[in-house]
Amino acid sequence: MIVPELKEFIQNRETKIIKGNVSAAYAAKSAKVQVISAYPITPQTTVVEKLSEFVDGGLMPGTQYIMVESEHSVLASLVGASMAGTRTFTATSGQGLFYMYEMVHWAAGVRLPIVMAIASRGPAPPWNIWADFTDVISCRDTGWLSAFCATHQEIYDEILMSYKVCEDYDVLLPKFVAYGGFILSHTSKPVIIEEQEKVDSFLPPLPDEKGWPHIWVDPERPLMHGNLIMPAGFYSEFRMKIHDAIIKSKEKIKKVAREFEQVFGRSYGNGLIQEYKMDDADVAILNYGDLALQMEEAVDQVREEGFKVGMVKLRHFRPFPTEDIVEVAKKVKVLGVVDRATAFGSQTGGPVSCEVKCALHDTKGTASILPIMNGLGGREVSLEEQKEQLKILVKFNETGELPKDMIHDTFWSGILEVE
Amino acid sequence: MVDKEKWKKINKSRGERPKIQEYKCWEELSPIPISLPIDGAIGITGDWRTFRPIIDQENCNHCGFCWLYCPEGVISKNKDGSFTIDYVYCKGCGICARECPTKNIEMVREDELEK
Amino acid sequence: MVSLKQVMEDDIACKEWFLPGNACCAGCGLEIALRWAMKALGKHVAMVTPASCLNVVIGLWPKTAPDFPQFNMAFAAGAATASGIDAAFKAKAYKFPGKGWDKMVSMTFAGDGGTTDIGIQGLSGAAERDSDIIYVCYDNEAYMNTGIQRSSSTPHGAVTTTTPFGKERFKKNLPAIVAAHDVPYVATCSVSHPLDIYEKFKKAKDIKGFRYIHIFAPCPPGWGYPSEDTIQISKLAVDTGFWPLYEIDHGKFNLSKPSKKCLDPSKRENIIEYLRAQKRFNQISEEAINYWQENIEKTWKEIKIELEIQENYNE
Repeated sequence: MIVPELKEFIQNRETKIIKGNVSAAYAAKSAKVQVISAYPITPQTTVVEKLSEFVDGGLMPGTQYIMVESEHSVLASLVGASMAGTRTFTATSGQGLFYMYEMVHWAAGVRLPIVMAIASRGPAPPWNIWADFTDVISCRDTGWLSAFCATHQEIYDEILMSYKVCEDYDVLLPKFVAYGGFILSHTSKPVIIEEQEKVDSFLPPLPDEKGWPHIWVDPERPLMHGNLIMPAGFYSEFRMKIHDAIIKSKEKIKKVAREFEQVFGRSYGNGLIQEYKMDDADVAILNYGDLALQMEEAVDQVREEGFKVGMVKLRHFRPFPTEDIVEVAKKVKVLGVVDRATAFGSQTGGPVSCEVKCALHDTKGTASILPIMNGLGGREVSLEEQKEQLKILVKFNETGELPKDMIHDTFWSGILEVE
Repeated sequence: MVDKEKWKKINKSRGERPKIQEYKCWEELSPIPISLPIDGAIGITGDWRTFRPIIDQENCNHCGFCWLYCPEGVISKNKDGSFTIDYVYCKGCGICARECPTKNIEMVREDELEK
Repeated sequence: MVSLKQVMEDDIACKEWFLPGNACCAGCGLEIALRWAMKALGKHVAMVTPASCLNVVIGLWPKTAPDFPQFNMAFAAGAATASGIDAAFKAKAYKFPGKGWDKMVSMTFAGDGGTTDIGIQGLSGAAERDSDIIYVCYDNEAYMNTGIQRSSSTPHGAVTTTTPFGKERFKKNLPAIVAAHDVPYVATCSVSHPLDIYEKFKKAKDIKGFRYIHIFAPCPPGWGYPSEDTIQISKLAVDTGFWPLYEIDHGKFNLSKPSKKCLDPSKRENIIEYLRAQKRFNQISEEAINYWQENIEKTWKEIKIELEIQENYNE
């Protein structure tokens, strides 16, 4: 065990060319997390390796690092650590997230502000370790907030913003910060790591001796959490409060995004969605994750050909930005919704397209929705393919003609066919 | 009148916080259900008894075995060394009578006591 | 060995940490175990209880019986959550030095189901990491809370709802499994000897690293005997040699005083006395009874060999 020589966290503002995973590790370091629990799984492994270097190298004095024996224990130990009043962090992917699913519900039920980085990967079987957001999306009903990152810088920034949102006493909910496995986790880009003092001024202080306001470990004020509540008791009402808190977190997310821009100078739309060339668009496409970044280039190139297209980047899946989607859909005649995750048996097969349709149900005279599915299991979605998707939307708007190969009313883009 | 700040009283010290929280509606509830320690968490468990242990105080030799073995912890030591059983919560398991080395605790039927 | 008179003078030992009026059955073995464990540990404890009888006997919201910080937890998460709470104590001791966070003890109080079956992965992980927690298993030899189903700690021949004709397989030896992880402290206790529980917990409180204490706790409805016999049944388990009381303290095997007489086979009580006293062994075959006797003899041979090796090694 290397005895830390530093007594304080030290970090100067610097730009480093680092992988997405390392960006997440730097964010946890900048946030001065107190307890980290880790278990390796591809493609998240570098996060926990880098954090190990920080902790054992004495760069995170006082931080405890528990190397548990399974993902279920990862989240169980973080629930324990968070209940006792500390800031916590971990990372996982795909199968790991599924293994800790029971504890995912528990963490939201105890309203603990845990932030978890997810290097999203496709669910097995068949075995797959590349970018696919089904893992995070399958936790949609658990009460966790979730955000998708499109750039390496966004991973660092979103984790910092997440601690501020989650530790707000009106929110107190855990959060996933997801990014595409291998596509962002293992590629390198320049990322600005901010100065420690500035991060300290932006983030709330670490919990004090009394712990969180709603749960604590204090022998002078003993309490118990987790006992039975009968159906006739307040069980439903306690569960309702989680839904209430997550809906109210929308305003907090927007507020924190504004504050982040003031302090650090980087903006991400309004925090919930980010619009790109939407002002004069006839048709638009909604995207999330790294494909949203590439879609900006596709929009530019298709506009050069004379078509008025725009893009909406969905940043948060939970809470779902219903009001913002309703506003966006008023601006255009056709809205394509691109999913990189599956919701088997649902109307469109894609989780976000279903939620968008649900959000627009009560609005009259709004855009027509064209559900699109691409990139499952990390399949490459090229710039050409994205331009094709935009052109399909344009054609649908002009002639009402849908693409030939719709499967159950959804356009599965880039389907493989061997000659 | 809905009091949304009521739940924060559980944050206070042991002496100042309410023994039992009472909430009227969902808006008053604490963010998560927190329970506070109290005697009789499930009710007056003395009602469970069929037989009641009675210590023969005259012949009791103050050995303390009943206090040692009582699962519920309802037997308390007095200043003079004798022991008293709290019949509000005693469940009547009979362990104290069984373990008393001088056989000075008798299990008497509750309905016979009333006679 | 601490005396009852000494214990009765101690304020912390005189306080009832598990408040009366809870939902434990009359004569519950678990309750005696918990009562004496807490009398030794005092108030600087955070307890995690995975799904078990203890999980529910504390009552319904907003009331609870433990007069110390306690958290219910999912079934498989017992050991890991206690590890997490301990990590938080260490992080807080660093941030707020001198405020007593280093005195806090994190512990898991799990049943045999939550330890030998679903909780064993977490237990093994915590033991391997030498996590600074006390792991207590109270063993009532079945999943009692859900209605008496067999666990891997149920002994051979016992009737449970999922082994209606007697369990075929044998009782898993958890203390030996944990001792194989090379942890600082492993101990076995029985509710028939509460002062032995008290002493072992007092010792465990001051040891750093992973401590495992396995308490034999009979269950009147589950085992089929009148509630007043809890102490007698557990005493028989010790006196027949079936449940030896010992501790493995930093690798050294110490046989506890109540079990020392069992080294002499003639001083052990007859196992049939123990089996006959419980309805769950009504259907036990002759073959099974022979297995029990052979098993007890084998256990004590191994204990004798261990003691001899220690003696010779020390010379």
